[in-house]
Amino acid sequence: MTEQTLFFIFAILAGGGALGVVILQDIVRMAFSLIISLGSTAGLFFLLGADFVAATQLLVYVGGTLVLLIFGVMLTASGPFRRIKMSSGETLLGAAVGLLFFSVIAFTVIGVNWQAVPSHREVATTPSDQSGNTSRAIGMRLVGIPADTEIGLRSDSGSRTGYLLPFEIVSVHLLVVLVGAAYLARAKRRESTDATQGDA
Amino acid sequence: MIPTLADTATTIQSTLEGWELSEGWAMFLAAVIHVALVAGFFGLPAGIFIWAERKISGRIQDRLGPTRVGGKFGWLQAIADGGKLIQKEDLVPADADGPLFRVAPYVVVVSSLAALMFLPFADGWIAVSLDIGLYLMLAVMSLEVIGVILAGYASGSKWALFGGMREAAQMVSYEIPMSICVVIPIITAGSLNLNEIGAMQSGWAGNWILFNDPFTFIAFFIYFVCATASCKRAPFDLAEAESELVAGFLTEYSGFRWSFFFLAEYASMFAVCGIAVLLFLGGWHTGIPVVDGLLDGPRYAGDFVYSWLANLLGFTVFFSKASLLVCVQIWIRWTLPRLRIDQVMMTCLKYLVPISCVLFLGAVIWPLALSFTGHTTWGSPTGNRAAPTMQLESRDAVPPSTSALRLPRQPLAASDSNEDAGR
Repeated sequence: MTEQTLFFIFAILAGGGALGVVILQDIVRMAFSLIISLGSTAGLFFLLGADFVAATQLLVYVGGTLVLLIFGVMLTASGPFRRIKMSSGETLLGAAVGLLFFSVIAFTVIGVNWQAVPSHREVATTPSDQSGNTSRAIGMRLVGIPADTEIGLRSDSGSRTGYLLPFEIVSVHLLVVLVGAAYLARAKRRESTDATQGDA
Repeated sequence: MIPTLADTATTIQSTLEGWELSEGWAMFLAAVIHVALVAGFFGLPAGIFIWAERKISGRIQDRLGPTRVGGKFGWLQAIADGGKLIQKEDLVPADADGPLFRVAPYVVVVSSLAALMFLPFADGWIAVSLDIGLYLMLAVMSLEVIGVILAGYASGSKWALFGGMREAAQMVSYEIPMSICVVIPIITAGSLNLNEIGAMQSGWAGNWILFNDPFTFIAFFIYFVCATASCKRAPFDLAEAESELVAGFLTEYSGFRWSFFFLAEYASMFAVCGIAVLLFLGGWHTGIPVVDGLLDGPRYAGDFVYSWLANLLGFTVFFSKASLLVCVQIWIRWTLPRLRIDQVMMTCLKYLVPISCVLFLGAVIWPLALSFTGHTTWGSPTGNRAAPTMQLESRDAVPPSTSALRLPRQPLAASDSNEDAGR
């Protein structure tokens, strides 16, 4: 009962925020409704007992990406309140793409036999897991150990590669992208006079 | 079993159900009581610290500070300030973006209020106890900057816009060394659960993570500098630099909305100092085993009233330590001149980030290096050595030889009602 009420509150906020992103015209207002949408999605993750995913959603998307987005708007805007105006062709194209995407998701949701899917409370075996302590399971899975086995008791079943290598590859890739961006955006070196007083 | 707030919640809930309330309403009321407790704690430190700030700044500047309101020392100054602020007119400038201007203070307040939910004030006195409590707390606290940027942008004023931009640049930069410095004690403790990290620092003060190795010792000071910067406190208060920007992002705010920013600032000062106390300074432990033993006896004996009283004393210890750190922040604010914005960024990117990276590497290598010299026990996370009572409660038996690899468990089984109260 309580969970359902909370689910509807978060779902309405997430959907409404997403609609606001599309309908509003002021960029920062759009960003704010994106904050509402992403924050409510984090709330939905909390309801599912996926606390680590929810916290990461808050940290990466709401606290990181959106701050950078608003920061970028503030740095680049020419007027006080920057607005986006779209031509009717763009609106039509966007609506068509959105409808297509919506139908893909809708067909997927309809296609699933929900009776056969266990709820997260059935999947979680211990009270601690049910209350949403997923970080341990995620960490074990990262290094390739199924969540229900203890560290130290070697199990021979299954491969032990885990997701550590893909994770490292992605993070190194991100680092390369960051260094590249910093290189492209660096202040171009001027002749001797300015270079000496750069670090005032 | 330690009576936690979670148990209190279930007690409240079952009591309410005894009054023939439905389960949903009982849960709702229990949640409301918890929220009221945390919200009360949101206002309490702010009231104390506003008075302390006025008094300390007065003394530092060779003045008396408040002397009239509420007797000799001006105890009630914070309440008088609040009363004045409530009466002020709620203004929205003509050039401002109305809705965003109005909503910005709430974003700031909600994020710093929600951060207090994950802070254990004594053993088990925590609204939401999670295995990733610290991570979630930092995530929530990082949302505060959004409110400040929105306030700066929506005010429709140059001063406010400059303040908001400076704040954004400063926060995004200082989050990096701050997070790295937070990770260092986590490596030492082997847990992200703040309650567990606090519980494992019992015994002499030498058991505090601060004194665990030289890297955690330095990391504490780096963390404290970054925490001061993340609270926009001087010498890092570029976002509201009075000498250049009138009041920065606060320029257009007045009355209660302005006081929201102020309350949030003091609450987040307390929150970052609380994290510092838990991660480095022994949490609710006094650092003297005799005193802690006297408290731990009734705390774990099982009697509700005595353990509650013991936890109240633990809360006092925790609050005193955190308040001391807040007073250091106030002291720094009134004795150091404000940095320039380029100096602020240079301090972070050229000094604090490399230093914290070196500290991180050192903290990782330290146990490894010690294991070569024969001190093998120093290599394992402190959590497995210093908290034997906690380990008894973990739900399965693991051979002792693997203890170095084991992740510490969450000692307190948080009930579902607690989780819902937290949300």
